[in-house]
Amino acid sequence: MSAIEPLGFRLGVDIDNPVMPYLRQDRIPHIWCPGCGIGTTVNCFARALTESGLDLNQVAIVSGIGCTGRVAGYLNLDSFHTTHGRAIPFATGLKLANPKLKVVVYSGDGDLFAIGGNHFVHAARRNMDIMVVCVNNFTYGMTGGQVAPTTPLGPTQTTMPYGNFENPFNLPFLADACGAVYVARWTVYHVKQLTRAMKEGLNKKGFVFIEALSPCPTLYSRRNRLGDGVDQVKYYREKSITKNDADTKDVGLGFQSDIIVGKFVDRERPTWLDAMNDHFGKVLGDRYQPWGVSDGQD
Amino acid sequence: MHADPRGVLTGTHFIDGDHAACEGALAAGCRFVAGYPITPSTEVVERFASRIPMVGGVFIQMEDEIASSIAIQGAAWAGKKVMTVTSGPGLSLMMEHVGLAAITETPCVFVDVQRGGPSTGLPTLPGQADMMQVKWGSHGDYEVIALCPNSPQECFDLMITAFNLAETYRVPVFFMMDEVVGHMTERVVIPPAEQIEVVERRWTAKKPGEYRPYETDDSLVPEMVKAGDGYRIHITGLTHDERGYPAMNAKAQDALVRRIRDKIRNNADKLVDVRMDGVEGAEVIVVSYGITSRVAGAAVAEARRRGVKVGHLRLVIVWPFPSRVIARLAGSVKAFVVPELNMGQMVLEVERAACGKAPAISVPHAGGTVHEPEVILERILEAAR
Repeated sequence: MSAIEPLGFRLGVDIDNPVMPYLRQDRIPHIWCPGCGIGTTVNCFARALTESGLDLNQVAIVSGIGCTGRVAGYLNLDSFHTTHGRAIPFATGLKLANPKLKVVVYSGDGDLFAIGGNHFVHAARRNMDIMVVCVNNFTYGMTGGQVAPTTPLGPTQTTMPYGNFENPFNLPFLADACGAVYVARWTVYHVKQLTRAMKEGLNKKGFVFIEALSPCPTLYSRRNRLGDGVDQVKYYREKSITKNDADTKDVGLGFQSDIIVGKFVDRERPTWLDAMNDHFGKVLGDRYQPWGVSDGQD
Repeated sequence: MHADPRGVLTGTHFIDGDHAACEGALAAGCRFVAGYPITPSTEVVERFASRIPMVGGVFIQMEDEIASSIAIQGAAWAGKKVMTVTSGPGLSLMMEHVGLAAITETPCVFVDVQRGGPSTGLPTLPGQADMMQVKWGSHGDYEVIALCPNSPQECFDLMITAFNLAETYRVPVFFMMDEVVGHMTERVVIPPAEQIEVVERRWTAKKPGEYRPYETDDSLVPEMVKAGDGYRIHITGLTHDERGYPAMNAKAQDALVRRIRDKIRNNADKLVDVRMDGVEGAEVIVVSYGITSRVAGAAVAEARRRGVKVGHLRLVIVWPFPSRVIARLAGSVKAFVVPELNMGQMVLEVERAACGKAPAISVPHAGGTVHEPEVILERILEAAR
């Protein structure tokens, strides 16, 4: 195995990459393909962490399984790479047992919305105080390009060899309907907007959902003759239409269709933990031992 | 160390096994439970939901057993002692995360109030047919610990042991009740907190930078930290090295799987808990566990009245199986008689441990009620002839 040297080392200059402190440098090189957008989202996330002002020792990241599931392993945070589809319930336990933590779930569309769909629905309903980042590449990358619950009608996948005939989810609409307090969609072309959304999400209390569209050049793009990663980013640039506050039922995606991007939802609702503390305080009075409200309990 | 008095309901109570199990968990320091309703186990979480607001902790009813069995692991990595509670169909769903707890070495307690199966089976009636599932149910090689109480008092007492063992060995520990033990009401004495010994987590004294999550000493049990302490740990269900980083090769696999096996197997003698009654000099030994041990006790008493030298060995810790105890006794008995509310599960372990020196006679029962003592008596008398 040949080691890949940092760029600065090869060039003989000292390049101070601001993202490096956020990465487990002993785990680089990563596994992602050339042209994949997951790394771009990680870059945005690292910058959002910097700008969020959060104490990084109090930020935990939880991933499921798949290409995006590997994100947890590369970030220099308390990081948990769990089972397929179950990052959200793991994050729920982590957050409730130590409410001081900022807990981020970072996973792919298949993980979060097929096998993990029920957990997403209920965490959003409860307004669990976690931020969920979904890198949506319309496919199962790690297993070789099978149809996903986000695959638009039309494109070929290995398990839809004659083109997909199954209706996809509109993820922002789903998140909105289930009660998420913050819902945004951007693409890996929109690095500034995505970074800003992640920063806002990190500082928002409650269930935050951010969808990041990302190319899968090796499988989805190649099989559907969409060119390489750069071609997909060009598509994002040309076809994206920013509509903040758009009605989420109007933001569904077709094959290479227009992409409505923006911040669709930003509202307030009591979190599960706040609701529990408020309710028990009211009905149990002094007998109630408040949980996670800076009384030394951790 | 002593139990936190906030969780200990000292006094004499008249409660069922499910309620006693909940009190045992609270006394042991359990402060996070995630569960999903399922008969005949639900009373455990119902009591926890009503008690925990005054003790200080969290109960959450999750959307299913899959979620419950991993939510507790998130809470364990946030530093809490944790439990989930279920019965057969829910246990089947939880198998995914038994494996996760095994490979990530996450201390947690799974309570299984057994009912008749397979599938939906007999929701309100007893069974003991999950004994092999808890040992072998998740894929891959790993070890677990399982305990089998036979009374509400033991549901309290052994639950504390279950939590202590989960912390000591960092394994999933199964608390194998059954519908009858769960729903029978008896006297339960809960001692003062200072008389209850609880095992604290194996927290590391190392500093961030020095600490490696899966580095071990001779105990083979790594020290633990929790999220938020500045260690920046990485924990994965993939095969991993001492740093916790994925290491997908045969060498790392061998090191990890051997260690998670050996940390239990090397301590198998310490993990023996059998209650023996008249086994020395016995011609026949009844081996039983859980509710069946109480029925078997009646059969043993009657056989003795009829002049048969019969001993009774009750398995309290079922996994790891006390093979050496059985092997030693096998040389001096005519036979083992093994009644259980399944079609013959633990009898296979008795047979394996006896290694041909004495037969192991199964007294199967498909579940739905308990054995008639006469059926067990008949087998004892046959074996003694």
